Formats: sequence, structure tokens, C-alpha cells
Amino acid sequence: MITVKNVSKTFNTPTGKVEVLKNINLTVENGDIFGIIGFSGAGKSTLIRCLNGLEKPDFGNILIGENEITKLNRKELRNSRKKIGMIFQQFNLFDSRTVYENVAFPLEISGYKKDKIKERVEEILELVELSEKKDSYPLQLSGGQKQRVGIARALANEPDVLLSDEATSALDPQTTFSILELLKNINKRLNLTIVIITHELDVLRYCTNNMVVLEDGHIVEQGNTENLFLNPNSDTLKKFINITEGFQKNRKFSGGEGI
Amino acid sequence: MSSDLVKLLLTGTQETLYMVIISSIIAFLLGVPIGVLLVVSDKGGIFPLLKVNKIVGIVINVIRSMPEIILIIILLPLAKLIVGTTLGANAAIISISIGSAPLLARIIENSLKEVEFGKIEAAESMGATPFEIIKKVLLPEALPSIVRGITIAIIGIIGFTAIAGAIGAGGLGSLAIRFGYQRFRTDVLIGTVIILVVIVQSIQLIGDFIAKLINKKRFKFE
Repeated sequence: MITVKNVSKTFNTPTGKVEVLKNINLTVENGDIFGIIGFSGAGKSTLIRCLNGLEKPDFGNILIGENEITKLNRKELRNSRKKIGMIFQQFNLFDSRTVYENVAFPLEISGYKKDKIKERVEEILELVELSEKKDSYPLQLSGGQKQRVGIARALANEPDVLLSDEATSALDPQTTFSILELLKNINKRLNLTIVIITHELDVLRYCTNNMVVLEDGHIVEQGNTENLFLNPNSDTLKKFINITEGFQKNRKFSGGEGI
Repeated sequence: MSSDLVKLLLTGTQETLYMVIISSIIAFLLGVPIGVLLVVSDKGGIFPLLKVNKIVGIVINVIRSMPEIILIIILLPLAKLIVGTTLGANAAIISISIGSAPLLARIIENSLKEVEFGKIEAAESMGATPFEIIKKVLLPEALPSIVRGITIAIIGIIGFTAIAGAIGAGGLGSLAIRFGYQRFRTDVLIGTVIILVVIVQSIQLIGDFIAKLINKKRFKFE
């Protein structure tokens, strides 16, 4: 279970102080797929980075299981991160390493032996259906393949939680769909807790069970995804839904359904 | 071509290559860690140490702002302390390597700063230590750029050795001054220039070749 209690964070910028997170409270149950949506600058990225300690909140506590992320020293934090996978919009693969070596990275730094690494990497590459690409370099891969490597790398250490930072925002719709399928599949098979931040409504609708809506650094709405979509209260969520529907209603021409 | 010319140029080239190779190795051993330190200790780096960063930065700028010939003279007492003399190739090596290390440090710093922050953040999110990030992410990711930078530094060191020749270091620089300039031996002067051009060209070609080879392996085409 992930518990975020009264978390606030302020950044000092050249133009003054910016309060990016204001008194955030949320809970993510084990095995849930949890969504965080908001427009650009709402604080989504900062919030998800607080969950694995890449950002340190000014106030408040964050618990992942029994582990109080906000109280750990550097070394303890590094060890906790080994059990929190993260995937990124820009994939952030290492160009100097093959697919195999990218996935092996988290295992290398956890001190696994070579044959154990080989066994685990091959197993996980099979899960993301990239076994035949293991000797390729990231620059040879398509966006979807890169994100599969990202997912494999994030899962190599058998984490309890997977954080997804706009992981499908740089992908085309078809690839987005296959990546979300993969995430859902992994969630089911490994009972892995997944936290997804996104600005794409369809991503939330497709795979999350619960969600929060972030606006200007605070949570304006939270609950079951289906309920929120049926009865949106916050301006932000209404706006998101209206924009998406507006695109559908005001199409220049109709057709294309059911393809 | 007279045989004394060949002999002079041959010895000069040997001395120059000796100085360049040893100085480059020492400058590399000093410059790379300092360059890494500059990057990781910077604000927003993986191991911020702002005071250390500032002091190292100032020392580098002071050394780099001095003309090479003056730097050699200033470092002569240190050379005497380490190799026991202020004359000859070994004394020059001390001055040249310490004088070139700051350039190399800045070049390494530049290369490492080109590595996308996202990659470093990804390594941090996996629980990598700063040392692991340096060894497994920063240096390998920046390798082609580092190779090109080292090429520039070595060529700078060749120029440095020629200047050191003016104050008794030997090598092609000293040959050009003692024979070409002071004794009006134009053939020696032209000979040294041709050899220096050939050496610099070869090093540039080798450096480019290695950098391209690494990029090609990674499917990064230029």
C-alpha cells in the first residue's frame, strides 16, 4: 500500500517560489492500477517523483508498504528504490548498452551473479515479448519496443510498485494500446501495484481502477475511475472530458467508426 | 636530404612522441577524475558539493588563463622536485601534463554534461550509487564525445611540447628553434613542420575513427 500524507513541496525558481504540491493526501491499495491526471504544470511529475524519493517533499510523509520513504537516508533510499520500478516518457534507455544489458543494469547494481542475471533477463524479456531483440541497441528500436525495454528494466528487480511517468505520451495510439495491455497483463500476473500519471483521458479510462485529479498542486477529486467519469465534479476533469468529447463532436467529417 | 637532417629529425620526433605520450597519459589520469568531479559535484549533480566544485573550477580557470610558456616556467620548480632537474623531456612532461590536465578536465566535463538528465534519473530511480552512475552510465554514454575531446587535448599537448622545446625540453620544437631559427637551417624548420602536421593529422584521424566506430556499434549515425 502507498500512503501519501499531507505532502507539500515548493520550488524556488528565478521568478519566485512556486508551490507545486499543496497538502496532498492519497492511498493506493496493493495490486491497484492508480491514475493521476492533470494538465501540464499541475504537479503530476513532482508527485510521482516524491514516491521514490527523486524529489523530497518539504512537509508530509510517504509510505510504501512499511517503508517511510521520507525518513530514509541516502543508502536506505537507494535500497528501497530497487523495489520501486519507474518508466518514463522518453524511455531513458542507455544507448551504450544492448537491450539485454539495459535490463541487466538493475540486477548488476544489486550484486546478482552473471548466470542469475542471464536467467532473469531472459525471463523478463520473454514477458515483454522482446527476446529476439536482446542484442539490439536502443537506437535500433521503435518507440513501442523501447518502452517495452523500459518496462523490462523496471521489472527486472521484481519491484512491488511500478511508477509510470507519462510512459505512453510519446507513442502512437496503437502502440499506446499495446503498452497499456502489457501493463494490465503484468498487473494481473504479478499483482504489481502500478501508479500512472498521464494527461491522456483514454489511458486512465482504459486501465486504472482508481484515480485522482490534480489541479495547481492540489487534489480536486479522487475515487473510483468509473464513478468519476460518470459524475465528474471538478472543473479540470470536466474540461478533460469536454475536450475529448469536443474532438469527437466537432469532427470535420464523420465515419471511421468500427474500423 | 643530408644524413644529419634525417638524424636530427628522427631524434626530435622520438623525443616529441615520448613527451606527448607520457604527458597525455598523466594528463588523462589527472583530468578525467577532475572532469567527473566537476560534473557530479555541481548543483543538480548526482553528488552536489558546491564549495568543492567552485574551488576546483577557480583553480582550473587560473591555470588555463596562463600562457603556456609562463605555465611551464612556473611549474619548473615542481619538475625539479619530482624528477630532479629542470632540463630535458622528463622535466617538461611534469609541466605539460599538469598544464594540460585542466583542459582535459573541462573537455570531460563538457562531454559528461551532454548525457541526458533522464538517463541519470533512470539510474537513480533504480537505486544506483553515484559511483555506479559514473562508471556504468555517465562515462559509457559519453564515450564517443570523450574520445573526440581527448583527441583535441592530445593535439593541444603536441603544441605544448613544441613550446616546451623553447626552454630546453628537446623534441621537434627545440629543433625548430635551435636549428631552424637560430642557425638558419630552413630544411630543419620545414622538416619539423611537416612531421608535426603528419602527427596531428594522424591523431585526428585515429580519434575520429574510434569515435565513429563506437557510434556505429550503437547505431548512432552522424
